[in-house]
Amino acid sequence: MIIDKIVFGIMDSQMIKKLSVANITKTDLYDQEGYPIEGGLMDPRLGVVDPGVRCRTCGGSIGDCQGHFGLLQLTRPIIHVHYAKIIFTLLKMFCRDCSRILVAEKDLESFKEKGLALKELAKSTKKKCPWCTKEVKKWKFVKPSSFQEGAKLLDATTVRSRLEKITNDDLEIINFKIRPENLILTILPVPPVTVRPSITLQSGERSEDDLTHKLVDIVRINERLKENIDLGAPEFIIEDLWELLQYHISTYFDNDITGVPPARHRSGRILKTISQRLKTKEGRFRGNLAGKRVNFCARTVTSPDPKINIDEVGVPLEIAKELTIPINVTENNIKSIQKNVLNGTNIWPGANYVIRPDGRRKKITDMTKEEIAKELTVGYIVERHIQNGDVSLFNRQPSLHRMSIMGHRIRIMPNKTMRLNLCVTTPYNADFDGDEMNLHIPQTLESQAETDILMAVPKNIRSPRFSGPIIGAVRDHLSGIYLITQDKNNFTRDKFVQLIRSVNTDIEIPNKSSITGKEIFSLFLPKDFSYEGKSKSGNKVIIENGKLIEGVIDKASIGAENGKLLDKLEKLYGPKITRDFLFDITRLAIEYTMWVGFSISISDQDISKEGKEKIKKTIEILRKEVDDLIEEYENGKIKLLPGRSMKDSLEVMIKRKLNKTLDDVENIMTKSLPESNTLTMAKSGARGDLINIVQTAAMVGQEMAMSGRMERGYHQRIFPHFKKNDISLESRGFVAHGFKDGLTPFEFFFDAMNSRESLMDKSLKTRHSGYMERRLVGAMQDMKVEYDGTIRDAINRIVQFTPGEDGLDPSRIERGGINVKRIADKLFK
Amino acid sequence: MADFNISKHNIVPKHEILTSDQKKEVLEKYGITLKQLPRITDKDPMVKLLEAKIEDVLKITRKSETAGESIYYRVVVKGK
Ligand SMILES: [Mg+2]
Ligand SMILES: [Zn+2]
Ligand SMILES: [Zn+2]
Repeated sequence: MIIDKIVFGIMDSQMIKKLSVANITKTDLYDQEGYPIEGGLMDPRLGVVDPGVRCRTCGGSIGDCQGHFGLLQLTRPIIHVHYAKIIFTLLKMFCRDCSRILVAEKDLESFKEKGLALKELAKSTKKKCPWCTKEVKKWKFVKPSSFQEGAKLLDATTVRSRLEKITNDDLEIINFKIRPENLILTILPVPPVTVRPSITLQSGERSEDDLTHKLVDIVRINERLKENIDLGAPEFIIEDLWELLQYHISTYFDNDITGVPPARHRSGRILKTISQRLKTKEGRFRGNLAGKRVNFCARTVTSPDPKINIDEVGVPLEIAKELTIPINVTENNIKSIQKNVLNGTNIWPGANYVIRPDGRRKKITDMTKEEIAKELTVGYIVERHIQNGDVSLFNRQPSLHRMSIMGHRIRIMPNKTMRLNLCVTTPYNADFDGDEMNLHIPQTLESQAETDILMAVPKNIRSPRFSGPIIGAVRDHLSGIYLITQDKNNFTRDKFVQLIRSVNTDIEIPNKSSITGKEIFSLFLPKDFSYEGKSKSGNKVIIENGKLIEGVIDKASIGAENGKLLDKLEKLYGPKITRDFLFDITRLAIEYTMWVGFSISISDQDISKEGKEKIKKTIEILRKEVDDLIEEYENGKIKLLPGRSMKDSLEVMIKRKLNKTLDDVENIMTKSLPESNTLTMAKSGARGDLINIVQTAAMVGQEMAMSGRMERGYHQRIFPHFKKNDISLESRGFVAHGFKDGLTPFEFFFDAMNSRESLMDKSLKTRHSGYMERRLVGAMQDMKVEYDGTIRDAINRIVQFTPGEDGLDPSRIERGGINVKRIADKLFK
Repeated sequence: MADFNISKHNIVPKHEILTSDQKKEVLEKYGITLKQLPRITDKDPMVKLLEAKIEDVLKITRKSETAGESIYYRVVVKGK
């Protein structure tokens, strides 16, 4: 059978009856013996939830039978709360007398042509019926599900009969595809017991699902209403019961309607009804269909470990005993697998389950492990514990780019956190202030191979975002390597042998009594590697045939997101060599920092008296210059900049002066700052910038908000303490002090204004990028590159004929064009 | 407005209607039916200009900075 099309609509009572297998009339669920009552809400025809029982409708047992709908004949019609708005719009659009659409005959065509939404169409209907000239009364929608015409509230029966009278031709005009009277319920479908299973507590007591509780209320009130009507009870009693039924059915659909008190459980807990099951992140759609819980995964706090390779992940022993990989028993591995089985579930490396050739799963216990190990033959599958070297997927949310999930080799470790190398901190955007990460274990050989070939960390060193290394040295790695590769940094033999051997036991140690730091660094480079680049401070870095000849290694060479040396190394020697180079070099750096000791102090930022004096003078000059500019401006003598007003010209000129002053202060600082670890960090790119040092030690500078000098606050001034229209430096957010000296109250407030703006910007930006990711994932989740190179969607429609329409991998693109000469040289060498 | 040939505009890529043989070749190459091709509506200015019919396949040759030329196929469908 081929499905031609799917039409979404609303079931009419005929269809509900056709689907139904039981008519529900009884309020009790079980009889005295505890068996479900026929005609009650747990009717055995509605499906099975208890093991060992068979379905009375289809004969299936638990799992085979998905359940069957029943029905409840409502004594009086009820408005569906979620359709109340639509019903109201429809009522407004049609004459209450002749039931024709309130549009003149001559306008019908154009009305139809508009193709507008129902709500928009309703706005252009007439106040007087063009067909029978009856006046249209004033309508009012009374939340949540009543309609007032003139002064009278309409009951559901009237509403339904009004909607019944609307002709199909009129409905076509407004492009309404269903019979509107079906929006009002006369029969309520009763969902199968399988969607509202009851649970038997340990005490033997049954506990019913929230939906069942709600349905019991509905059935009870429905029956009461029927009895009262049959007995000829007074009108007001019937009305009250009808309203109560409306309340119960409304809250059955949605227990979070504004203005309606939510239905509660006997214990006072708010019931979770149909809408609550579907809505929100944890609801059926986003929680169970768009994203699911998975097995073979783990989550814990992460911590750093510079001594495991960048493509490894440290997994706690306790987790290793829970996560397993299915292994097919063969003649070659049966011995080692038997050992796993004999270790059982509690000793690592053990095994947790065996799957017999007939497909039966058996848990390994201390009682059965010997027996199972003996019975093991080729054809069995053993789910053994994860072991060192197994592949895994490691992930940190938010998964904003593909490097947020990478393949790591497992390494079992003591303690309770998952460990990762600091170099992969950048792609995950992780730190260790309590960050948790997820681990997944691929179960099939195919997925293990894919993980290893496509997702492994070394394959992700190069980022497709900017075609450079996103994985690289960070923080202390950079301080360390910067210190090692300084000019004239000599190591005696005992020192350098120890340093090198603490990192790598294979490298051949030069037969010399003393070598330089640059020579130590060179030992880790491939012997034919040449490179020319710049250091962070702009000085040359030259490597010739695997020897660092000139320059200091820092962020610009091996830093994450910046390292040009890493870039070239990866390009020429590939992922594995780059991975090992990075691993060795970072450990080397850390080892060295531990030798020399690396700590910082506030006094690192003490500047000389002369320096301080000079800075004071520079600020004084700035003040003078800006005051002069303002005076010129006030006298109308300011030089106008092309395309700018007087005010703008002044602002631009002041900004120029401010920038110049900042540069001057920075220059003075570089000259008057003592050599210190703080400065080393700034220079190597480990942490902090010269600007941060300037701001702490000398001058914070101009505080900006909305990319200009401060402007908001009181009328024509920022604080009431300033004169109106005062545009001098001080009253517009200039901070002349450094953080260490302390800010004046005004300066402090300006700084807080700036900080608040940055904070807000940052949080808004992350929110946007998070939502952006969700939308992109939603739009592209089942797009796939086929083996013929085409990109296709879920139903095999072609989206692109070549990936990206150029077939180029953005991570492998060479910035600034392809270097043909280099490739030719390499080929013809 | 004077006659203006949009196909002469420098950002409009080259559109050609495939002959039935060429069309068959393309569908065979990718192992697809017409429904699996990217679509273009009959209201598209280039489709009108070429007087392409429903179910015709257009070959679009786009200039690309990275690929030199990139070729795309679109099938003409009835549009709104
Ligand atoms: Mg954190
Ligand atoms: Zn059944
Ligand atoms: Zn009328």
